Amino acid sequence: MLSFAIRRILQTVPTVLAVVLVIFVLFSVVPGSIISSMNDDGRGPTDPQVVERMKKQLGLDDPVYIRFSSYVAKLATGDFGTSFRTREPVTTMLAKRMWPTLQLIFASMTFAIVIGVPLGFIAALRPGSFVDTLSMVLAVSGLSMAKFWLGLLLMYLFALKLGWLPSFGYGDGGLKYLVLPAVTLGVSPMALLARTTRAAVLEIMTADFVRTARSKGMSETRVVKWHVMRNALVLILTTIGLQFGALMGQAVVVEKLFSWPGIGSLLVDSVLQRDLPAVQGSILVVVLFFLTINTMIDLLYAVIDPRIRYA
Amino acid sequence: MMFKKIAIVAGLGLALSVTAEAQTPRKGGTIRMTAPYGSSFTSMDIHTTQRAQDEIFAKGLHRSLYIWDSAEGKPVPELAKEAIVSGGGLVYTFKLRDDAYFHHGRKMTADDVIWSYNRIMDGAKAYPGARFVRMIEGASEVEKGKAKEISGLKKIDDFTLEMKLTEKVDPGFYFFTALTSIYPADEGAKDSFIQKPIGLGPFKFVEHVPGSRVVLERFDKFYKPGKPYADKMIVSIMGEAAARDVAFRNKEIDTSVLGPAQYVAYQADPALKGTIVEVAEVFTRYMGINPSFKPFSDKRVRQAINHAIDADLIISKLVKNKAYRATSWLPLTSPAYDKTMKPYAFDPAKAKQLLADAGYPTGFEFEWTASQNESWGLPIVEAIIPMLDRVGIKVKVKQVETAVLAEVARKGEFQAFIYSQATGPDPQAALKCFHSATPQSACNYTAFKNADFDKLLDEAGQTDDAAKRVQLLQKANALLYDEAPVWFFNYNKAVMAVQPWLKGIQLNATELTHQNVEDLWVDETSPAK
Repeated sequence: MLSFAIRRILQTVPTVLAVVLVIFVLFSVVPGSIISSMNDDGRGPTDPQVVERMKKQLGLDDPVYIRFSSYVAKLATGDFGTSFRTREPVTTMLAKRMWPTLQLIFASMTFAIVIGVPLGFIAALRPGSFVDTLSMVLAVSGLSMAKFWLGLLLMYLFALKLGWLPSFGYGDGGLKYLVLPAVTLGVSPMALLARTTRAAVLEIMTADFVRTARSKGMSETRVVKWHVMRNALVLILTTIGLQFGALMGQAVVVEKLFSWPGIGSLLVDSVLQRDLPAVQGSILVVVLFFLTINTMIDLLYAVIDPRIRYA
Repeated sequence: MMFKKIAIVAGLGLALSVTAEAQTPRKGGTIRMTAPYGSSFTSMDIHTTQRAQDEIFAKGLHRSLYIWDSAEGKPVPELAKEAIVSGGGLVYTFKLRDDAYFHHGRKMTADDVIWSYNRIMDGAKAYPGARFVRMIEGASEVEKGKAKEISGLKKIDDFTLEMKLTEKVDPGFYFFTALTSIYPADEGAKDSFIQKPIGLGPFKFVEHVPGSRVVLERFDKFYKPGKPYADKMIVSIMGEAAARDVAFRNKEIDTSVLGPAQYVAYQADPALKGTIVEVAEVFTRYMGINPSFKPFSDKRVRQAINHAIDADLIISKLVKNKAYRATSWLPLTSPAYDKTMKPYAFDPAKAKQLLADAGYPTGFEFEWTASQNESWGLPIVEAIIPMLDRVGIKVKVKQVETAVLAEVARKGEFQAFIYSQATGPDPQAALKCFHSATPQSACNYTAFKNADFDKLLDEAGQTDDAAKRVQLLQKANALLYDEAPVWFFNYNKAVMAVQPWLKGIQLNATELTHQNVEDLWVDETSPAK
């Protein structure tokens, strides 16, 4: 098991290196810079002297390969650089934004799992029934709805019409501020989990080993609990893992909409203002989060199904 | 005053502020403002940023030598009690307030002003406020590392400061924004300052949740007796207009900036119509033209473009009347605006004639660089394409991000571009963008060069007679109209929705969201405690 874990972790290293290279090159060639973004509201004329000094200070005139080697050297020591915009270390900025994003992602995923998995199970146990149709309508709708639009609808209903929840902001970080953004972000993975669970359970229900279990006189509850659920879990876990990792990227829209102070809104602001160190740092965190979750899921497979670790 | 007249004409919400003045301000409560311009606050070190978004909270936290007086439409001394002018208009002796305290309890002195301006001129840090402080003699030497201190700043005593300028300008226009805020010399140098800023403003720092909000609380030792009225001030970042709309209707915020679509919706809603406050801001929207592109080197072609576009139709249909038609460069609220001027008439026949006279009877094609901005970007360009096509001019659109557009303009990498640019409050500074000595990389984006224009502007800079200066600037503005280095589109009408319980809103033509927050107060109907 240990060698499997080490092998799996080492596999992520080339991915991280490739991501670092791609992000750096990509944002080095896109037009615009922190200097042009400083004046994007047209408030004041660009001061050519300040521009030249900023270029020198930020090393913007250096060739890409020099900037890249300097960036990688710093990164190797855990230094993500200094933000062009805030003039703070990027690690400090990321640290401030990490907890709100994790709160949002965990809350969204909890919502998705608690609603989506049982919904898929119930639908699969009664295929073609009203519950099945309803759950699948919900699932398809959840997958199809744009998060921005859904968020606005939820704001309108639960904040403006019912007055139950605040429509925006982080407040004191309490639950009432978390509900709307978490549900907005969680609907899509919830829908996907419902569909995946339903499909997995339906497939397993017709498998030979389930038929054998039933023919042996095992009760339906035991069949579902010991054979169906356990075997469906691998597929459900895969979906959970992929969705969990992807949520940090998807949080971008939700965080901006709800003024949620996470990594997603930091990323958007940094891209718009061409704050390259902050962009690189934010994307790297998203990628690392995705890889970590997926590695953990892979390790979990190996626990659930020992055949995987020998594959 | 021109500004007052405009405010009376434009201010649907003026009744709201007039009523406010008639009432006795209530002490206490929380002011909940919004920062609507998309992004997070740049930094708690306000010297590092010139974005409008950041100055919203900085108005609570910091103070500069001058402050913008919205009622008078000009900068007035703030940290100085008076300014004595001598040396042929180049030397200003400021009698500083002796009752201004920093939030950590120490009294402000001339040393703090000198320290702050020296800091801004630190060439290694490239602070954007350097373009203002550079107006002081010896500041450039500090920026270049040739001197440690600005020679043109002299401390006479703790509360008297002498400032020698390099040009005969009104320093009020240079030292009223947060970019030149006065920091405490002892605390400002510490690394912790950026995490817990200290200023001279009416509110002191409580917390900054990056990407979400800044919270400030009343500073009891603020130098204006009885002010600020409110106990607390929260500035929430709300870039999404639709989300801001819900929050405003839900009474979670006290102010919201409205775009064209919301402006129409709020006007049509009886419950919200009374919340609208509007002002002609000192921003001019225009299409900049590159004279190195041969057809644009001919004045008649530039004039033809101004005649070929029905700007009024675009303002009415697309911008939903959230703008005023531009006549020339200087905006309505500029002290040098000439109200007798009429904008270019929409006259396609005349445009065709001008093109024919210029040697382009069948027109020509040009590339137009635009951002996606709804009020002065791609939607506007798309509406103009058929209008120009009618006179034979074809347009190829090049879309770029807003952040890229400024660079395109600065580098002159365009045939034409559409932009929104600050054209005030100082009319002389606004017109200086067309002076031949101003580089394209500064703000002379159309590389305008005209000896008569330069002469007018130079004379305006030299004269001590204010009325004559205005006359000269008006002439320069009229010359620009005739030369048409740009297509004059509109002047921004800033529109804000203000909850009925928030009183004392000022119609600030430099930026409506920038409020002297010590004058704001909330009545007992505010849901925020």
